[in-house]
Amino acid sequence: MKRSGKYIVSKRLDKLFLQLSDVYKFIMRFFREVFLPPFEFKEMVRQCYEVGYKSLALITLTGFITGLVFTKQSRPSLAEFGAASWLPSLVAIAIIRALAPLVTALIAAGKVGSNIGAELGSMKVTEQIDAMEVSATNPFKFLVVTRIVATTFMIPILAVYTGLVGMLGSFINVSQNEQTSLSVFIEDAFKSISFLDLFASLFKATVFGFTIGTVGCYQGFNSSKGTEGVGKAANSAVVVSMFLIFIEEILVVQVVNAIR
Amino acid sequence: MEKKTAPIDRSKHVISIKGLKKSFGDLDVLKGIDLELYQGENLVVLGRSGTGKSVLIKVISGLLKPDDGMVNVLGMEVDKLAPAELQELRLKIGFSFQSSALYDSMTVKENLEFPLVRNSKHLSRKEIDLAIEDVLDGVGLLQTLNQMPSELSGGQRKRIGIARTLIMRPSIMLYDEPTAGLDPITCIDINNLINEVQERYNTSSIIITHDLTCAKSTGDRIMMLLEGRFERQGTFEEVFNTDDERIKTFYNYNFTV
Repeated sequence: MKRSGKYIVSKRLDKLFLQLSDVYKFIMRFFREVFLPPFEFKEMVRQCYEVGYKSLALITLTGFITGLVFTKQSRPSLAEFGAASWLPSLVAIAIIRALAPLVTALIAAGKVGSNIGAELGSMKVTEQIDAMEVSATNPFKFLVVTRIVATTFMIPILAVYTGLVGMLGSFINVSQNEQTSLSVFIEDAFKSISFLDLFASLFKATVFGFTIGTVGCYQGFNSSKGTEGVGKAANSAVVVSMFLIFIEEILVVQVVNAIR
Repeated sequence: MEKKTAPIDRSKHVISIKGLKKSFGDLDVLKGIDLELYQGENLVVLGRSGTGKSVLIKVISGLLKPDDGMVNVLGMEVDKLAPAELQELRLKIGFSFQSSALYDSMTVKENLEFPLVRNSKHLSRKEIDLAIEDVLDGVGLLQTLNQMPSELSGGQRKRIGIARTLIMRPSIMLYDEPTAGLDPITCIDINNLINEVQERYNTSSIIITHDLTCAKSTGDRIMMLLEGRFERQGTFEEVFNTDDERIKTFYNYNFTV
């Protein structure tokens, strides 16, 4: 974006606007190509397996510990006011409204986002993406569309799973301390959860999944400068995804609170 | 292996380029070049690194768009084709990359069947397997069928890369630095393979290289790219029989090294 050798605003701002325009084109291309045949179903299923199944161990551990620790840390404050019986309700609100989608997205940004960025970046610098293109295969459809669809589809499923595992962690702690049965715990927990909470949580997880896939693919697909570029693509995929996830979290919370 | 004289039909060109210009930012890489590739011909484009040789074949295959000039491949102007037409044309062009560009996450077999499964949907599983065996046998690497690219040597990767392009039976082959980074014996093998491909599949080829041994043993005609323009063309002897210091330096340095 130069005019007679001079930048329109400043070098950094011009670069930022150019990149934003690139990102916009990238997203528009995704929406154009996702509905056009041929559909790479086999690759999509493989990516869903990579994103979903291969993240399960990490998600299980993180979700369980989140629920357990959150319950443990919240008890003294509630007990001070004689409100320890509110624990299931408090934990459910925290996990379903915020923690499940957020923790899942942050874990996925680190594990899946960096993986996508590094894989596509490496394919780019070793000319594998060019090779795909000259063999009359659309690399955007095969590599980008399948990965974005997989993250958009799998992150909400993982978020539901994180929520369940988190609640299990919480139940174990509550049942040990308050001798609460599972049915009472579930009844108490879901008393304060509305349909809007569930819907907003799933919506957030879907947006987070789309963000992780898009950022990872964009960084990898546009990487350059050899192996250094691959490292940068993986790193940017994580940092940018996490940054956007927090921004999206704030925006969705504002909208949901306005609706509530 | 001595290069056999393959039948070249000089009345029929498969690639015709006129006034091709390509720049990257302020750097003019190709400054208005003309080129014709005839049916059945092995054309070598020689030049130092960074002179735009790879850019030339990337423009021919539609990976890069020209800034100016006309690029006609098999009767079609590449930069004016719709995406679907470009895909069709690409099926007739084989591109062997300098880095081989094998898909890391796939076995040799999956690499070879990748273009076939997507572009020849009428083929049965048995026909696909036979085609894979045929091209692998052609490059002498049938035993690598289930290996991963990371388990192959540099020369083997080059051969598999060539096999992957041959599986679509292209009429034009584009080789980007086919002998770069290989030992002298493997270079000879690859040069022989390029000649075998021309004979067996009746392809017309552009071979991009800075390796004079490769140029001499594979080229029916050689074009010398210097500073973004073709300075000389002809047989190997004709190109290097000159007083041009730049070409003499290139020749002497290549053989000294």
